[in-house]
Amino acid sequence: MKRILLTSVSALAFAMAAPAWADDAVPMGGEMVVTYNDDVSTLDPAIGYDWQNWSMIKSLFDGLMDYAPGTTDLVPDLAESYDVSEDGLTYTFHLRDGVVFHNGRALTAADIKYSIERAVDPETQSPGQGFFGMIDGFDAMAAGEADALSGIAAPDDRTVVFTLSRPDATFLHVLALNFASAVPQEAVEEFGPEFGRHPVGTGAFSLEEWSLGQRVVFARNPDYYREGIPRLDRIVFEVGQDPTVALLRLENGEVDILGDGIPPARFVDVTQNPPEGTRVIEGGQLHTGYVTMNVNIAPFDNVLVRRAVNMAINKDRIVRIINGRAVPANQPLPPAMPGYAEDYDGYAYDPEGAQVLLAEAGFPDGFTTELYSMNTDPNPRIAQAIQQDLAAVGITVELQTLAQSTVIAAGGEPDQAPMIWSGGMAWIADFPDPSNFYGPILGCGGAVPGGWNWAWYCNEELDARAAAADAMIAADQQDARLAEWRDIYLAIMDDAPWAPIFNEQRFTMLRDRLGGPDAIFVDPVHIPVHYDTVYIQDAN
Amino acid sequence: MARYLARRLVQAALILVGVTIITFLLTHLVPADPARMVAGRNASLDTVESIRHQLGLDRPLVEQYLRYMGGLLQGDLGRSYIQRIDVAELIAARLPATLALLAGAILCELLIGIPAGLFAATQRGRFADRAIMVAAFSGVSAPQFVVGLLLLYVFAFGLGWFPTRGFNGVDSLVLPAMTLGILGGGWYARMMRSTMVDVLRQDYIRTAWAKGAGGTRVVLVHGLRNGILPIVAMIGLDIGIFMNGVVVVETVFGWPGIGQLAWQAIQRLDVPIIMGVTMVAAVGVVLGNLVADLIAPFVDPRIKLR
Repeated sequence: MKRILLTSVSALAFAMAAPAWADDAVPMGGEMVVTYNDDVSTLDPAIGYDWQNWSMIKSLFDGLMDYAPGTTDLVPDLAESYDVSEDGLTYTFHLRDGVVFHNGRALTAADIKYSIERAVDPETQSPGQGFFGMIDGFDAMAAGEADALSGIAAPDDRTVVFTLSRPDATFLHVLALNFASAVPQEAVEEFGPEFGRHPVGTGAFSLEEWSLGQRVVFARNPDYYREGIPRLDRIVFEVGQDPTVALLRLENGEVDILGDGIPPARFVDVTQNPPEGTRVIEGGQLHTGYVTMNVNIAPFDNVLVRRAVNMAINKDRIVRIINGRAVPANQPLPPAMPGYAEDYDGYAYDPEGAQVLLAEAGFPDGFTTELYSMNTDPNPRIAQAIQQDLAAVGITVELQTLAQSTVIAAGGEPDQAPMIWSGGMAWIADFPDPSNFYGPILGCGGAVPGGWNWAWYCNEELDARAAAADAMIAADQQDARLAEWRDIYLAIMDDAPWAPIFNEQRFTMLRDRLGGPDAIFVDPVHIPVHYDTVYIQDAN
Repeated sequence: MARYLARRLVQAALILVGVTIITFLLTHLVPADPARMVAGRNASLDTVESIRHQLGLDRPLVEQYLRYMGGLLQGDLGRSYIQRIDVAELIAARLPATLALLAGAILCELLIGIPAGLFAATQRGRFADRAIMVAAFSGVSAPQFVVGLLLLYVFAFGLGWFPTRGFNGVDSLVLPAMTLGILGGGWYARMMRSTMVDVLRQDYIRTAWAKGAGGTRVVLVHGLRNGILPIVAMIGLDIGIFMNGVVVVETVFGWPGIGQLAWQAIQRLDVPIIMGVTMVAAVGVVLGNLVADLIAPFVDPRIKLR
């Protein structure tokens, strides 16, 4: 899905120490070329919400919090430090000195307040508005009844104080989202709706050139507050580039990174024998592909039937169908997500066992149902594989292969789609926290018309446990919080509203001349690469 | 002539209004909700409603259409849902590239089609004629993305004669213009051949031969003058034919024109851009047809405009 934010994490990143921000031995300078098929849509941090502009915006702007390169570890960014009150309702941030916007003006606490209020203001139409719901005064401002958030104060130039309406363990992650980036009010007002094409931030790069439909060029910000960052002088994003042609140009040495990844037709070929001068780096993603079963539509109102479906699907075969670009899944959370249950076995592939369960549920001869799927490759092929697997246990599945928007609309209707294969529309986490896989897709709040909880699964008890887990904000509670989230997802698997199928892997293809630890090329947040820390090996 | 022109202009305006109605209906009846796409997945239903209201999508379809037309008459094509840039500006930035591509393609097809057709006509029934006609048929039938990739692979990556992408001067225009021109060239070669075969059988040509005029002179001066008429009439129509190919060719060659813009907008359901590009393309096609009809009498005095 184009507008789904893609964040991902390298399994490798957990194994190795966080790469340092700057390293004196690294060569500085040079220019990198990245290709994309689609135009860059906008570089306004309050608006941009697709996987292509997400990391570009990260290099132009900064927020109070960020992640260490190549990891999911939260670190202060524009904040030098922060304090949290005992009750978890007050966060006080102390701003770093010497941060200036690209227009030369120094950053102040008032800018932080203005920027977050701008994202919440309904006039802005920000897709990130809903993330800030825990800040005091959110409801009034989101409804257009207030001009400011009562929960943000700037008592002096260097201090920002947030007051929350409820303790929320995800608040620091929310401040690391692009939607919370600092923007200068005078530039927003000067450019009005065109701010997305004239971005002014505090980031490591500034916008040098934007030729519509041709290229976007970033240049080093000489005043960036981190010494030795960025390493590159310039990044050239060439847009309107067909992925197949982009790969030929990469082999030819004209391109450094394929922004859109490896075209499927050449995937096996280039991953097995990378062309001379190139390499491919593999990492995990915070993604799960799953089949939803609408718990309100018979016979999926019977938990035995839902478990039988889980046992009937051969996930290994589906992973082979997509050339091994994924790993089989057995629970909602992907392996790279904190809270993933390593020791959980899930429902093993067992067609005979599935038939026994179906007989027990009162369907010894199976039944007939429908599976909705998006119509772009490889999703129809995956849906057909599921159809064959279910036929083997007596369930006759009629496929509804439709356009993405039609499938999403069907999922949001209470009684329309018995089963949906989520491919092409699946949930990809906005930030690396287990709560991010619950609310809209498995909680009661998402089981509403037009919502994303396509299984219409609503378990009040789990909702209460989820809310309690997110209220655990003290540092010494974090292990207990992850353990609770792990148990919540295992309880969901017991009810089996989903059949998890696989977790997609990420493959970044690049020229050998690019340097940096592997983790920054499959960075959890910066896609396809952590632009601020990548360097060119022979640059000097 | 003036009355003819007035009537044609009224017809053109009616056609364009028809195009807006059809495009508007098609893009607005798609079962997808742009407000929901703009709002993102974390939005509450209230937020989605608020955005739908701001985009004017909660109004009756007729009112939405009239508002769109009102803007259109003032040159306002609306604002892209996804890129949040004025559509008129997006199109204006890309139109020069598409016009350059069309001009290059028309030049290519004429340079390929006319000589090939002429030569085939003079060689009627012989091996050269058959070979040219087979080549022309292949040119007409070959899918353009295959031709484009093939040219790109051989001449840009293999031989390195041309750049691999972009819109930078004549060098970069050659391959994309060729890709489109091969298709048109095939048509022109076949048409040129058949009209020239007819013309060369005419009495006045026989007279010219009888008076001892040289072969080249007969074919190029006496024959071509009449044989080329249908070709000239066709050039205006090419704009419509090429608009299909432009989308494919611009995608393959990373050519920053309006075809690429339309293709991206369709994938993202960016309705204002789809509408805008369709309108601009429709204006181009209608104007092309009009110009073709208007110049016909100058080329062939037997044609009268009424």
